[in-house]
Amino acid sequence: MKVLALKLVLLALVDAVAVFAMSVMLLQDDYVLAGVVLVVTLLVNWVYLSPGLLPAKYLTPGLIFLAVFQVFVIVYTLYIAFTNYGDGHNSTKDDAISAIVGQNTQRVEGSPVYQVQVVESLAGLGLLATSPEGDVLVGTAEQPLEEVAEGDVTMDGPRATAVAGWTSLGMQDILQRQQEIAALQVPLSDDLADGFLRTTNASQAFVFESTFVYDEAADTMTDSASGIVYRDLGNGQFESGDGQVLGTGWQIVVGFENFLYPFENPRYGGALVSVLLWTFAFAIISVGLSFFLGLFLAIALNDPRMKSKFAYRVLSILPYAFPSFLGALVWLGLMNTEFGFINNVLLGGADIPWLTDPWLAKVSTIIVNVWLGFPYMFLICLGALQSIPEELTEAASVDGATGWQVFSGIKLPLLFVSTAPLLISSFAFNFNNFNIIYMLTRGGPRMAGVEENVGHTDLLITLVYKTAFEGVGRDYGLASALSILIFIIVATVSTIAFRRTKALEELN
Amino acid sequence: MKHSSLVKAAGVGALALTLAACSGGGTPAPEGTESAAPQGGGELIVWMDENRASALEGVVATFEEETGTTVEVIIKDFNTIRDDLTTQAPSGDGPDVVVGAHDWIGKLVQNGVIQQVELGDLASDFEEVAVSAMTYDGSVYGVPVSIENIALVRNTALAPEAPATWDDLVATGQAAVASGQAEHPLLVGIDPNNADPYHLYPLQASFGGPVFGINEDGSYNPDDLQLGNEGNVQFAQALAQWGAEGIINLNISQDIAKEQFASGTSPYTITGPWNLADFQEAGIEYAIDPIPSAGGQPATPFVGVQGFFISQYANNPIVASQFLTEYIAGEEAQTAIFESGQRAPALTAAFEAAQSNEDVAGFGAVGAAGVPMPNIPEMDALWTDWGTTEAQIIGGQAADPAAAWTAMAKKIQGTLGG
Repeated sequence: MKVLALKLVLLALVDAVAVFAMSVMLLQDDYVLAGVVLVVTLLVNWVYLSPGLLPAKYLTPGLIFLAVFQVFVIVYTLYIAFTNYGDGHNSTKDDAISAIVGQNTQRVEGSPVYQVQVVESLAGLGLLATSPEGDVLVGTAEQPLEEVAEGDVTMDGPRATAVAGWTSLGMQDILQRQQEIAALQVPLSDDLADGFLRTTNASQAFVFESTFVYDEAADTMTDSASGIVYRDLGNGQFESGDGQVLGTGWQIVVGFENFLYPFENPRYGGALVSVLLWTFAFAIISVGLSFFLGLFLAIALNDPRMKSKFAYRVLSILPYAFPSFLGALVWLGLMNTEFGFINNVLLGGADIPWLTDPWLAKVSTIIVNVWLGFPYMFLICLGALQSIPEELTEAASVDGATGWQVFSGIKLPLLFVSTAPLLISSFAFNFNNFNIIYMLTRGGPRMAGVEENVGHTDLLITLVYKTAFEGVGRDYGLASALSILIFIIVATVSTIAFRRTKALEELN
Repeated sequence: MKHSSLVKAAGVGALALTLAACSGGGTPAPEGTESAAPQGGGELIVWMDENRASALEGVVATFEEETGTTVEVIIKDFNTIRDDLTTQAPSGDGPDVVVGAHDWIGKLVQNGVIQQVELGDLASDFEEVAVSAMTYDGSVYGVPVSIENIALVRNTALAPEAPATWDDLVATGQAAVASGQAEHPLLVGIDPNNADPYHLYPLQASFGGPVFGINEDGSYNPDDLQLGNEGNVQFAQALAQWGAEGIINLNISQDIAKEQFASGTSPYTITGPWNLADFQEAGIEYAIDPIPSAGGQPATPFVGVQGFFISQYANNPIVASQFLTEYIAGEEAQTAIFESGQRAPALTAAFEAAQSNEDVAGFGAVGAAGVPMPNIPEMDALWTDWGTTEAQIIGGQAADPAAAWTAMAKKIQGTLGG
């Protein structure tokens, strides 16, 4: 009975959060998301309230998190990879149009400042404006400003605050309708070229004029100053006949363009291939070296003849206890050519460019990564070694096997069975080891002869980061396409490797 | 003990509704209750970095009290604001107001995420360089709050007199090194792979042209890349020489430069006001001087201006505009921000009041001659190539500095043109 009550309370809590979330979403007109929440909530209730369905009861929470944090992210990245999302293509076409018109709306130079009161009538929102000379005018978006009779006006100092036939909006109403008021443009006269009044703070208005006009029917943007017409040619931007492009565009689906980019730009493609090779080399060498170093230490420190094992073990695990960010930063200081500890003290004032020479920089990143990575390998090897029964070694010795034969024929294969999956995941981790590269070299030194900012120690993941967040223009589309490439590579390598691990298990 | 699912469902539903109702209890009390605060009820979401948020606590409280607006300040890391605004604003759930640097404006406008701010007559209350920095394509996009630039900071124990010329500076620096008083003639913090075009720019400016041509109204012309002009090529040659002589050293990072100057190992460093606190802490007696010209023309630094922008997607544009033009543009806010960060205020009244502080006056005098860092989006195409080429020239990897520089300028021209 108690369990049932607890279950009901927990379920009610979940539902309460869902109802609250849905009400917030509905208030923001986010019907799709609200619908998704509704469906998921109903599903959860059905699973936990109906008898049976035992597997579902265990799996549902995990599945929901899987969907939110993995499936959604992957699907969304995939979607972005097929768009031109990036600098200059940031939002929808409607947003771009209003941004372009807004950017090209400028205050008429030397024009007077009007004191205004926001008013309303059946004709809609209007501005009651008092010019610096004391003339009082009123108008709406459709009805240009016209003077009102003096007798109808209530003045407050130099500013008209009310006029007959119109309701003055109080602060409360103004705050409620801010976007409407900020967007209100009251023309000065029937001729649009005279400009219009607009207020940004509901108490003062300036005369503005707009030089760009969007024609909805023709879907064109016209620069009324120069007469140039810009059209939407399906590239997510407005382009003129002679190839001029307006800076602010919008997001569109571009198909496989991002995936084809490396092929259409051979130099970038070439750089990408060398980055790919280095990424493989970096991941494999890092995992290999740290595994064998870890294994060596594990064997040495597992030997019963070894003294003060505990102290050595603690020392070996130390780098693992360091946050990798910090470790990399410390190494950055140590490897400075002129001031670094390595050159200055260890090598007696040598001038070795650890981080600025293309090949040495590669070696340096691997050294640092092995330093950071071997304690983990040491730990898992130590655990695996200790779980191998002593009898096997004894039996082998009785049969006359040498120490090396025992190690290579018995211990190592057994060790691989338990450590291989960890080596694969370690490979996947190092394949995407962003921290260490970014902290140590930022991918540099730079490759000569390539347009894009690609460096000799860049991994694919740092290249993705540079494409998405640094340099000439942010290009989330291309970065997403490269991410998918990484995903495919890591997934393929892992699948093959896991298959082979299975074979290993069967052997034993 | 068999409960029907239906009964359970009803129980859960009832309980859920009660709980959901409770969670909604936080909505504000109904309007119309008499209170001393003016009628308001607007909301404003502001993104600020921690420093400015704590400096502006008083101003925000005054604003809330006087207008009845609720301000929600969200603390963000300064450098992430630009990207976060760009990606989050179009969703409609972003901020109304953000703090930022003027050189972001071009990109933010290109992405359509900030809107113009009409300063009106307020414009003349600000330092000219601050308003021109906030101007892009003829319109003002932000209310400036602080101005920063780099200058020459001199250790008065090692170099009692301000250097009259660049040769003077080099001679004094080298003499100090030769006599064993110092270890470095000059400290300029740069990156071994990417140098630092910003910190080296005053020296470059002394040889010649700006990086982009300047229009009649003082704005930068993105179609006129001047990076490869004659003066800048001469700078490349000088850079190679300084690199070889050890005056500019690739291995001195920003951190090392700060630390070395603070420990008194060099008579000069080129840096900004942000490092002064460390120098004071270390007990270094220093003075702030203009950077002497190396190439004959004034060695003008890039001036950076920080200010507040309004999101194009602001839900509360009127309140946002009030907050900016009436409060952020006020002396109280400008002075508070100045006091928290030691960057000179942008409002002329506050700027002049701050001149009693010698450090501010020193940097301000140098900045007054400076030019705003270009805020056009094209500027982003320059930094990386510009920096790596400088590094190659300083490090001596570029056998022919002039050729390397010209090639770099040509490549950037290609990127911009294509």
